[in-house]
This record gives sequence, C-alpha cells and structure tokens, in this order.
Amino acid sequence: MDALVQQYSRPSHQNTLSSNAAFPDDSELTTTIPPPLSLKFALPPITAPQSWLRSMTDDHANPSCPIKIAHGTTTLAFRFKGGIVVATDSRATAGNWIASQTVKKVIEINSCLLGTMAGGAADCQYWLAYLGMQCRLHELRHKQRISVAAASKILANLVYSYKGMGLSMGTMCAGVTPTEGPALYYIDSDGTRLSGNLFCVGSGQTFAYGVLDAEYKYDMEDDEALELGKRSILAATHRDAYSGGFINLYIVKEKGWEKIGFMDTNPIFWQTKLEKGEFSNVTAKLD
Amino acid sequence: MASLFSASLPSSDPSYSFNQAPTTASEPRQHAFYPYTDNGGSTLGISGADFTIIAGDTRSTSGYNINTRYAPKLFKIGGDGPNNENARIVLSVVGFAADGRALKERLDTVVKMYKYQHGKDISVHACAQRLSHLLYNKRFFPFYVTAILGGVDDEGKGALYSYDPVGSYEREQCRAAGAAASLIMPFLDNQVNLKNQYDPNSGPGLEKKPREAQPLPRETVEQLVKDAFTSAVERHIEVGDGLQTMIITKDGIQETYSPLKKD
Repeated sequence: MDALVQQYSRPSHQNTLSSNAAFPDDSELTTTIPPPLSLKFALPPITAPQSWLRSMTDDHANPSCPIKIAHGTTTLAFRFKGGIVVATDSRATAGNWIASQTVKKVIEINSCLLGTMAGGAADCQYWLAYLGMQCRLHELRHKQRISVAAASKILANLVYSYKGMGLSMGTMCAGVTPTEGPALYYIDSDGTRLSGNLFCVGSGQTFAYGVLDAEYKYDMEDDEALELGKRSILAATHRDAYSGGFINLYIVKEKGWEKIGFMDTNPIFWQTKLEKGEFSNVTAKLD
Repeated sequence: MASLFSASLPSSDPSYSFNQAPTTASEPRQHAFYPYTDNGGSTLGISGADFTIIAGDTRSTSGYNINTRYAPKLFKIGGDGPNNENARIVLSVVGFAADGRALKERLDTVVKMYKYQHGKDISVHACAQRLSHLLYNKRFFPFYVTAILGGVDDEGKGALYSYDPVGSYEREQCRAAGAAASLIMPFLDNQVNLKNQYDPNSGPGLEKKPREAQPLPRETVEQLVKDAFTSAVERHIEVGDGLQTMIITKDGIQETYSPLKKD
C-alpha cells in the first residue's frame, strides 16, 4: 500500500527531477520553482485504489455507479492547405443524463495552440490547463514558442505516468509554428501519441469519420474546410446519442487560431435537410 | 473488474448508511470499501444582471430516513471571521454532506488565506478555478458532491459556476444539482434560457425565430426558485422541509429561509 502511495502520489517524471539533488544547480532550480499545480492527489486508504475508483466512477462498466463523471463527445481536427480546422460538439453526459449542452470542448491553450476535449471533462480541463502553464514556462525559459510536437509530448508523458490510475482523455493538439507549419497530434490516456492529417475522437468519431473521409481533400479553401468540419460534427450529433448541443468551430492559421462560431445544431440540421436535401432518412413536413 | 464489486455496489435507489438493508440470511456478501452516503436534497442557482441567487432545500436523508429537517447546503465563503461577515461568494454542495462540509472548509480556508496574503478579496473567477483544483486534487478518491459557486464578477455581473464531482466546471446562467436536478433543470432551461420557445409572430419552419434569453429581473428569479422547489417537493421524496436562499449582490449576501412541505 505504502509503495503504491509512493509510486502514485506524484508522477514519475517528477521523481526523477527531485532525485537530481546530487547536482546542486539542478536542485536549486527545482526547489526555487514551487510545484505549479499540486500534483499530490489524495488516494483512498485501501489496497486497490484503481479498481475501487473504477467501481465508483466507471458508468460504462457499472451503470449504477454513484459518482457520474461527465463524458461523451465528438471532436475532430484536420490539416488542410489553409491550416487546421478544429470542430467539436458541446454535450456532456453523466450516464443517461445530459449534464450540459454548452460545454466548451475546444480548450485554448495559448494564442496559437488548441486542445480538444473527449473523455473525462475534468481530466481534460485540468491537464490541458496544466499543459498551458508548461507551454508558457517553456516560452519564458527558451525565449521562443513551444513546438506542437513538444507540447503534445509533455501531455503524452504526463498521462503515461498516470497509466492505469483511471484517467480518461482523448485529446488533439493543433497549432501552427514557424518550424513545423500546421501540426496536429492525437494523445490519449493510454499514452498513445500520433501525428497525422485527420483525427476524430469520441463516442461519435465513427460518424464523423464517415463524412470527413468521404469529402476530405488537402487542397480545400478555408470556407470549404470549415463547412466540412461543421457537416461532420452534424452527422455525429445526428447518429450518436452522446453527442449534440452546439457545434464549436475553430480554424488555426499561421497568425494563430480564430473562433468561427458556437452554433446551435437544431437549426443547422433543418437548414441542411430542407435547403440541401440531405438527411432524407428524416421524414418531416413543414407546418 | 467491476463485477467484483457488484454485490456491494449502490444503485440509484435510496441507500442506507448503516447495514440495515434487508438481506437474505444465507446470501454471501462481499465486504467492500464504501465511504459515501447520499444525503439527498437539491440545490439550484440562477445568475442575473447584477446578482446571483443560490438556493437549496434543508432536508438531509439517508436511505428512506430523514435525519434532520434543517441541514444547510449553502455556505458563505471568505469574508471575516467564523461567520463569514462581508462575504461575497456562496458555495452550495449536494451529495454526501460530510464531503460537502470538508470541501467548504477547504475552500473557505483558501479564500481567507488569499486575503491575508494578497490584501484583497479573491475574485469569483479565481475562486471558481481554485475550487476546481480542490475537487481535482481528489481525482482518485473523489468528493461525492456536486458543487455550485455563485458571486458577482469584476464587472458587477452575476456569476455562477457549476462543477462535477472531480472538478470540471463551466460558467452558466442557471444550474440545478442533486436529487431533483432532473426535475428542475428542464424547467430552468425553458424559463431562464427560453429553450424551445419561439416568437409567435415569426413564420413556420425555417422562419421560426427562437426567443432570445435575457438576464431576468430579481423578482422573477426569486419566484422561479420558489416554483422550482415547491414542484420538486411534490415529486421527490428526498426534497423538502425548508428552502434556504442566498442572494449575492455587490452589497453583500442576503439570506432567507422559507418553509417547504414537511411530509
């Protein structure tokens, strides 16, 4: 038990920092910088905290668990000629209960980096805020902005150090830097970190992939790309019960990200159906 | 792994804090660590142009037992001394009352320490973020609470933040939490955010214009809170007895108590 507490009270990368005490310069550095956010998490006084936590909070394995953590999502991001489009829905569910229809699932890490949020809402909010701090510290120490590759790796290493503890997040980091150009990374709580042109994450990912894969081209104009992002999320909100609410749309370009809108799905759905003749599976007459 | 615990897992039915639930004598029961009790009750918050109202019923239950008819779920945060005079922030917690009390104690300490260290009151924005971190610090041993935080922001507007048990948070216009959240929240969506309400003079189909939500005047909001709770009391066994309300404005917190049905 004590060993477990020792092992998990702080992530292992922090342990390696403090074990450098033999080198006076390093130790001075680590002692003068206070821990940015407390990484000392309380643990239940039992031998198997992970399985206990799971029985209390995992509503997928156990629908009657007492603590319902907000979940469920469709998020997508893709690279194209003009930059990166990032789009999400805005629904949070706790079991069958829609906890919120207005969640901001695109997290603004800094003026040119965006993160998306799928899985545990608190995990994503907390660790992407933590990532934002680390990115700012990198900027101050190195006098230049952090690359998306490095930022995503901070997050990947962080979640990997908590592997098995029950974190649940599937996130994408999107940004444009002078060295990399537009860069897109997928990171999840298993420790996976992938770079790529196109990702969809969440319970509605398959529906979004369906539309996105069919229509995606690298050579798109900005408005074409934004429309595709919007349409893919719309498809997911239509077929995935755990997705819905509003479509949150962003574009990332060289000069930074720009928020395009936070749009109610319902009027967009009817507009898409009645003006473009799509969604013919829905039979409804105007009254 | 979850099947290991299924014998002792709680359901959404009211649960017992002590082992007095009827059990079959010969049935083998697996012991498990279950440190929570659902004390029932409901809270709700609505923010207006220059005020925020937070309300909660005062019944505390465990299982089908009513433990007390007056257990406040609303707490003033910060201010001076043990009675939080001159406080401008209110925390409401619903779920497991002991966890709620512990959380309130931590947040109150943090907010008071902030004033000693910085010589000024904490902003609601900062307090909201701190509360999120307090909750997340127990990510692996969560507080069994749903929290709502209310105050007045730097621009003088009503501010309301709602939380899940592990600290994900969002600023909103209105939020209901606890046992009767599923009864109250749809009512609030319709009456505060005017969901599914359309301008009767607009045309049919795509012409239909949704009504725009406006910050509501204080009298209207007070009446909405009353209606929400009297209705919830009619249909939920864990809600009743009394209604504690706190109205936060730039001038301070006005606290009222009014009776609800006690059956």
